[in-house]
Amino acid sequence: MGNLLSLTTFIPLLGAAILALFLRGDDEAAQRNAKWVAFATTVFCFVVSLFILFEFDPSNTDFQFVEDGEWLLGLRYRMGVDGISILFVMLTTFLMPLVIASCWDVTTRVKEYMIAFLVLETLMLGVFMALDMVLFYLFFEAGLIPMFLIIGIWGGKNRIYASFKFFLYTFLGSVLMLVAMVAMFAQAGTTCIGGCGDGVSLLTYNFSSEAFPLLGMQVMGGMQTMLFLAFFASFAVKMPMWPVHTWLPDAHVQAPTAGSVVLAAILLKMGGYGFLRFSLPMFPVATDIWAPLVLWMSAIAIVYTSLVALVQSDMKKLIAYSSVAHMGYVTMGIFAVNQQGLDGAIFQMISHGFVSGALFLCVGVIYDRMHTREIDAYGGLVNRMPAYAMIFMLFTMANVGLPGTSGFIGEFLTLMGVFQVNTWVAMVATTGVILSAAYALWLYRRVVMGDLIKEALRSITDMTRRERAIFAPLVFMTLLLGVYPALVTDIIGPSVSALVDHVDVAVADYDAASQFAEN
Amino acid sequence: MLSADIQVVLPEIVLAVYAMIALLGAVYTSKDGMASILVWATSAVMVLLALWVGTDSGTQVAFGGMFVDDGFARFAKVMILLSAAAVLLMSEGYMLRHGLLRFEYPLLVALATVGMMVMVSAGDLMALYMGLELQSLALYVVASLRRDSQKSTEAGLKYFVLGALSSGLLLYGASLTYGFAGTTLFSGIVEATSDKPSLGLLFGLVFLLAGFAFKVSAAPFHMWTPDVYEGSPTPVTAFFATAPKVAAMALFARVVFDAFGGIVGDWQQIVAFLSVISMFLGAVAAIGQTNIKRLMAYSSIAHMGFALMGLASGTAFGVQAMLIYMAIYVTMNIGTFAFIMSMEKDGRVVTDIASLNMYSKREPLKAGAMLFLLFSLAGVPPFLGFFGKLYVLRAAYEGGLAWLAIAGVVASVIGAFYYLRIVYFMYFGEEREALDPGMSPVLWGFLMASAAIMLGGVVNMFGIEPMAAFAAAALVN
Repeated sequence: MGNLLSLTTFIPLLGAAILALFLRGDDEAAQRNAKWVAFATTVFCFVVSLFILFEFDPSNTDFQFVEDGEWLLGLRYRMGVDGISILFVMLTTFLMPLVIASCWDVTTRVKEYMIAFLVLETLMLGVFMALDMVLFYLFFEAGLIPMFLIIGIWGGKNRIYASFKFFLYTFLGSVLMLVAMVAMFAQAGTTCIGGCGDGVSLLTYNFSSEAFPLLGMQVMGGMQTMLFLAFFASFAVKMPMWPVHTWLPDAHVQAPTAGSVVLAAILLKMGGYGFLRFSLPMFPVATDIWAPLVLWMSAIAIVYTSLVALVQSDMKKLIAYSSVAHMGYVTMGIFAVNQQGLDGAIFQMISHGFVSGALFLCVGVIYDRMHTREIDAYGGLVNRMPAYAMIFMLFTMANVGLPGTSGFIGEFLTLMGVFQVNTWVAMVATTGVILSAAYALWLYRRVVMGDLIKEALRSITDMTRRERAIFAPLVFMTLLLGVYPALVTDIIGPSVSALVDHVDVAVADYDAASQFAEN
Repeated sequence: MLSADIQVVLPEIVLAVYAMIALLGAVYTSKDGMASILVWATSAVMVLLALWVGTDSGTQVAFGGMFVDDGFARFAKVMILLSAAAVLLMSEGYMLRHGLLRFEYPLLVALATVGMMVMVSAGDLMALYMGLELQSLALYVVASLRRDSQKSTEAGLKYFVLGALSSGLLLYGASLTYGFAGTTLFSGIVEATSDKPSLGLLFGLVFLLAGFAFKVSAAPFHMWTPDVYEGSPTPVTAFFATAPKVAAMALFARVVFDAFGGIVGDWQQIVAFLSVISMFLGAVAAIGQTNIKRLMAYSSIAHMGFALMGLASGTAFGVQAMLIYMAIYVTMNIGTFAFIMSMEKDGRVVTDIASLNMYSKREPLKAGAMLFLLFSLAGVPPFLGFFGKLYVLRAAYEGGLAWLAIAGVVASVIGAFYYLRIVYFMYFGEEREALDPGMSPVLWGFLMASAAIMLGGVVNMFGIEPMAAFAAAALVN
């Protein structure tokens, strides 16, 4: 099993190729076949990825399962996972079968739809496994294409605007990162992130932090600051952080249900993963300099987008804004740069993957029946859909961060991490917990509770067996992580503490050097 | 002595002699009846010559330094010959259907190709000018090939008038250079610039660069491009977008490195300026276009900006990046134009991008291939177009032009918009009147091959990288 990672990554692509080459026609049978092929592929991919998880050694903070091959321009095809990335890989392979299963009712251009999702899965897995900077960029950026098509072809009324905004916004963010990568290549002479054997690794390379003048100002942190900001532009848009989050509500609202699930549950995590993989270890000094700003931006994001979520009349938009708020906790935890903060940020990302994915599926369930996402069009669903009400309740609570669900652990750990660094930010962010309870519970009350007075809802049916089956694994994971978080923290712990140590040492060196220069 | 010289220019002589014999043969026999055979024969000759040129090695100089046959020239010649052959093959069906297939067409293309081969091998301002004019005169005529169309004649005339102007600028620059350097040989000019170059020589350089910028259609000397692209018959447009661009870009590199290689700092800023405004103008001006040929014209202006970015770095790696960029650019354009040539409604040519509405539903395979090409043109990974951009960005950054690299990526985001718009019409638009289905097997083959290369090249670029590195090393030393 020498190339387990490549195998996992390219199984979905293989499935897509099979669909593209061998599946003909567009009748019902062909559509069913397409769905089954896609589903089988993603399940198989998940099973293969389980081997990675079982053979992964959490106590080893190096990259494992490393693969290395020749590529062009002195780049290498290099893959590997460590404690930080492995859970994102698992999250992706775990969610994709559910995503495919959730689009069983789609009837327009099914084959292409399945191909788009399978290609997207390959690209997302590649992002989390790539150990070459340019390979990472390739996967990171290529993911835009299938998502652009998913929103544009299968989206709602205003899909054209949303898809263009999504593409151009994120493209602009990431091209700056490309220039930064070119600069890093020029300076370090390598594109290897980790697992480089004897060669230089970007993770440990010391990028110059000597201040230099630019446009009449001294740039603190020098080259590191420039590179940090370029990467920040990319990941902050992807995350998305306030104030560059505006593409997300549009994209979410217009995307089909499965597209929203992938977007919220996995694609957003690329931003957070990028911060952990690039910004923190490679530009520790710049991170130290800019962390206060990022912390405050996160705090603003949490409060501001929670308030915005309160006034939404579209369910998907509300959940989209709540996603931005929850990502605020993630950035806050990451830039606290301590064990609790980082543990919490990763935990929050994993948990948000399950919870927000499930919430979008919940919206999808009633959207499929009523074809509207307006909150006002619903009310009293509990009378007709008890099972739905139960499940929606659970995920609403997880979204609020109720103890016992996975949402609580992430929020609590990040707040704890930030509290040690910046008490004021932690205080402001804590109000977000209350606000999230406000908008989530209010949404739940308006949609599910009360009397069923709307004429159109009288004949609405409860969840089918297929829909319940889709939710079952998500319910299980949310509760399991809620009561037994060590499942996650045991795996990420050693890698996270190694990362924190690395940053601390680099910052201490820098401080000592600047002290020395002052004396 | 002479026989050794002739040995060096033999490929050019063979092509020229072939063109003239074929011309006589066709005139005295069945004229246009032979056109189809001539198209195939000319392509075959070009492919064979490409094989011949490509397998040569070493550096030979002929006619006292006027003609240089080195690795760089051969790399460019192979690109020129192969792309010219490809365009000829693609155009046969189109020309036949629209009654444009005259026997002069393949032969004019062959003569233009001879001109281009001389251009990239020029070691002297006179040889350079001869090659350039041979190419240009042949191109003026092909531009107005559709004699009964106002637009086509207009395109030819516009191209001619503006082309003559640029040749004038070039000649003026050449005469200034000659006046101040005392020689037209590139090797002599390098010596003349070795100590501080005189102001007159710098003026000569500027005029020469302006002339080249016209030929590669770099802004602000791009005005002719959209009109000529739009007015010419589509196969001719495809030809304009490929081989002559390679030749002009190679000539550009040849002159700035061979003749002015000692004063990189002096021309670097001019090239960087041309590069940055080409990229932005190409990106911004294409947004409003509805005619796909005009759109491709602006797209090519933007792409030339990127290729010039490689040159602006002034290093061997920059030349390598430029060559790779041009190779990728040519491949993409051949595929894209193969598609554009197949755009017809009720047997009539359409160029409006709105006519592509929901193309993907009726022709998923072809639409998919176009999708690959468009994203590649936009420079989105994992397609080859991205790697072209990566090369030039790296060259620019390492050449100390970080600002140019940043400007380039910003322009590429703006430019992505109009490629996405074509995707929008093909995939998201409403369904309206359909284009004619079907496509000739030749066009289909070129479209699919080009799209497949865009994806498959990601693995190792088919080994073009070391070849380009070798070619660049031959030029810059």
